[in-house]
Amino acid sequence: MNTLAKLEILADAAKYDASCASSGAAQKNSLGSKGIGSTGGVGICHSYAPDGRCISLLKVLLTNVCVYDCHYCINRRSSNVRRARFTPEEVVELTLSFYKRNYIEGLFLSSGIVRSADYTMEQLVRVAQLLRETHDFRGYIHLKTIPEASPELIEQAGKFADRLSINVELPRQETLAKLAPEKNVGRTRDAMGNINGKITEAKAIRKEKRVRRRSGKKMNEGTFATGQSTQMIIGADGSSDAHFLHRAEDLYGNFKLRRVYYSAFSPIPEPSVILPLKSPPLVREHRLYQADWLLRFYGYQVGELMPDQHPNLDLDIDPKLSWALRNRAEFPIDVNRSPIERLYRIPGLGVRNAKRIVSLRRHHALRLEDLIKLRVNVKKCLPFLICMDHQPARLEWSSEKLRAHFAPPPEQMELSFGPPPKSVISEQSLISDRTTQQEARTGEF
Amino acid sequence: MQGVTIDPSFSSWREQARRLLHAKIPPCDVEWRFSEEESGLFNFSELSVLQEEPAQYEASQPQYTVPKAFLHLAESVASHRSDTQWALLYDVIWRMTHGGDRALLINHTDDAVLRLHKMQKEIRRDMHKMRAFVRFKQLDDGNGEEYYVSWFEPEHRILRLNVPFFRKRFTGMRWSILTPDECAHWDGETIEFSEGLQKEEVPQSDDAFEAYWLAYYRSTFNPARLKIKMMQSEMPKKYWKNLPEAEIIQELIQGSSEQVLEMMERQASAVKPRPKVGYLEELHRLNNSAGDAPE
Repeated sequence: MNTLAKLEILADAAKYDASCASSGAAQKNSLGSKGIGSTGGVGICHSYAPDGRCISLLKVLLTNVCVYDCHYCINRRSSNVRRARFTPEEVVELTLSFYKRNYIEGLFLSSGIVRSADYTMEQLVRVAQLLRETHDFRGYIHLKTIPEASPELIEQAGKFADRLSINVELPRQETLAKLAPEKNVGRTRDAMGNINGKITEAKAIRKEKRVRRRSGKKMNEGTFATGQSTQMIIGADGSSDAHFLHRAEDLYGNFKLRRVYYSAFSPIPEPSVILPLKSPPLVREHRLYQADWLLRFYGYQVGELMPDQHPNLDLDIDPKLSWALRNRAEFPIDVNRSPIERLYRIPGLGVRNAKRIVSLRRHHALRLEDLIKLRVNVKKCLPFLICMDHQPARLEWSSEKLRAHFAPPPEQMELSFGPPPKSVISEQSLISDRTTQQEARTGEF
Repeated sequence: MQGVTIDPSFSSWREQARRLLHAKIPPCDVEWRFSEEESGLFNFSELSVLQEEPAQYEASQPQYTVPKAFLHLAESVASHRSDTQWALLYDVIWRMTHGGDRALLINHTDDAVLRLHKMQKEIRRDMHKMRAFVRFKQLDDGNGEEYYVSWFEPEHRILRLNVPFFRKRFTGMRWSILTPDECAHWDGETIEFSEGLQKEEVPQSDDAFEAYWLAYYRSTFNPARLKIKMMQSEMPKKYWKNLPEAEIIQELIQGSSEQVLEMMERQASAVKPRPKVGYLEELHRLNNSAGDAPE
């Protein structure tokens, strides 16, 4: 099989992993070297596929041969998909050639498990080592890590990579045992703890090196990946949004993960009898990302977003609005007087505009006109805020009324007389069209 | 109304703005004009204060100080192709100095500040998109050495602002970025600039490696989650003409629903028994001994 044919198979096999970010690496560049590559600052999306996903890295598997049997995965051993295997040199060559044409920020390398965790991990590390040491490549490298691989191999992986990741895939051990019998939440958490320890240690060494030039630390000490991330699959098992978000809170809190990715379970060409295919619940994925954002940047707790009687996020309105409607006593909030943490709670007002408001009100007291100029989502936040020329109390909006006002209008159920799968698809594309606009502005809602 | 001609560049605007401030000429009395010529100093209809020699003039006048943030803003919006930034900048600096509103820049809802910030954002975005969408093609230079060329049409005059980025990233490579404004060339050690080109003048080449990129683009696309608007908001059509992968976008979109139908109708495959691999045995032993309380 030639490299092109392998690329087709092994890129297809890797595409269900959503973590494509190329941000958050340490500052490095190629000046003064014969090599190429730079990282640091914001990530760059070099292209977008028609699925709306950013193409930032060459995302491939080293091989899609796998001894595991994870039923949501196209590459599980029971699947009849075509198998292929790159040599480390082939991946190196593809990465460099893509990079030189400015198609990518770097490499995201993962692999099916062959023989054992250590054997597989060695192959992944080999590719990264060739890129860094033989070719002086200074672009972004993301290596998938296997929880059961030896700590020495993970240490080496971290030396060459900018980011490491282990996918939790499902938030609970009970469903993992059924759908991915080789995986284990406990072992994954142990490995994440180990990686977090190394990241923190390296960060401290780098800081010491900066503070005291002659700290006695060697040049290569303190070289380690700057972050780790993970992915969870939404809609494959029966887990509720509360399960996902509590797991996310656990991982952010205990292991300082940079990102948790939520990936709607997507039909794969090789379905398993244990896990029937469903079309991806894209709105649910979107709501989870919004909630995740609220946890990381807006100061919300999972317990607030997910009261016991609501284990799932509302699909028709966003989680911030949903929280506001359940907590009307917190509103209205005066934008000219309230501390910034309170401004973060106003639906329709993002972090950036909240900060702008705080700096702006030193200059003059804000009126509606100012909010419009800042391009705040005024329609959405009017019921929840007070400014110089606006006081919502007299409008007497009940939560039920507001909810009906903001939720998308109810739609006529489609009565389909054709074959069932078709309506599944048209419904799905309706949903995806509706969410696109909101998604483009993730983080500002 | 006084006409002031600049070349247009930040340094040329600053020089004229300083003179206007000292002469206390309010923004409403200034008309900014642009020429590719060095300066408008020989234009006799212009104000006499603008014709003084710079050296003599600087010695006789005190300096106006403005916040650093203003200079950063001015330098970055200087490359805006609309050339409407110059009058706005003078309006803002006038109000910060003669108007006494030094904190004007934090007033994000002032119309001039708002428009300047919007321009700054447009330039940042343009720079970011250039870093993303420049596509190098390998070109045979006859010596057998690797040489990469890119044709790019930025919205604003940002090539020079972006050159340091490309230099740091593609240090070990010989490359040229060609634009209608000007061209930058890197030989591994120094940067050189030459005049801008028309698209027809760009050396043509077929980079055989593009086939790999198209194959990758096709394979990494997931037909089960079409989000065309999302793609276009991040990768607007105006960039498509210089992106090799744009040629297959239509084909991918059209084929997607068929692919998904096929997936949904595919027979589920049965679970195969666990192969006799020592490592798997070990994993399952670990799982069983850990019980159901992994945390």
